[in-house]
Amino acid sequence: MAEIKSFVYINRKAPHGTIYALESLEVVLIGAAFDQQVKLIFMDDGVYQLTKNQDPEGIGMKNFSKTYAALGDYDITEIYIDQESLEQRGLSIDDLQELVYEDEDDDWKEKSSMRLVSREQLASVIDSADVLLNF
Amino acid sequence: MATLHTVNKSPFERNSLDTCLSLCNNSGSILLIEDAVVGALRNTSVSERLVKAIESGVKIFALGEDLKARGLPEDRVIEKITLVDYTGFVKLATENDRVQSWL
Repeated sequence: MAEIKSFVYINRKAPHGTIYALESLEVVLIGAAFDQQVKLIFMDDGVYQLTKNQDPEGIGMKNFSKTYAALGDYDITEIYIDQESLEQRGLSIDDLQELVYEDEDDDWKEKSSMRLVSREQLASVIDSADVLLNF
Repeated sequence: MATLHTVNKSPFERNSLDTCLSLCNNSGSILLIEDAVVGALRNTSVSERLVKAIESGVKIFALGEDLKARGLPEDRVIEKITLVDYTGFVKLATENDRVQSWL
């Protein structure tokens, strides 16, 4: 059996203005389908990717923000949000959609995947990765 | 002779809004579009600079469709920023003598 590696995806761009956010999401879902361990970091303008109530119909873009809700079904259960990035942007965790997963080790109880973290904690997530992918 | 300045990059990632603010005189207008609309919200690390520009006479606008696309509520926008739609964008372009796009 192939070795399972830890993939950490670092998302630092706002959605819709550039293609980075959508491309990242697609690569994340492909990686997860290959049974790799996947962790996501949303920091800097990347925190805007998870805002609630996105409606890009008026600018002619696809509303891929709804796809983030599927991450739990791909066993992506560790989503790290940088607290400092939210604060600089006048946002709080309540402005972001709540992403959840069902814990198979705990009677499929629904649990939050969202982890609001400091820069110090983010540094240790990055240091734990086998592979880092940046968008 | 008034100039419309458009900014389309996030002020948290690029310096185009700062450059624009430093070169826009108080008869000018600034329209925030695309990723730049994230700068229109209150209580951010750039909001004070925008409020100062407004107080000095610069008119600042933001494209409503781009705010909506990013899930940013209109009621969180800095009070004196005027929201426009695409028709308003065209109107601003025609009312001004020229358009400077800070890419």
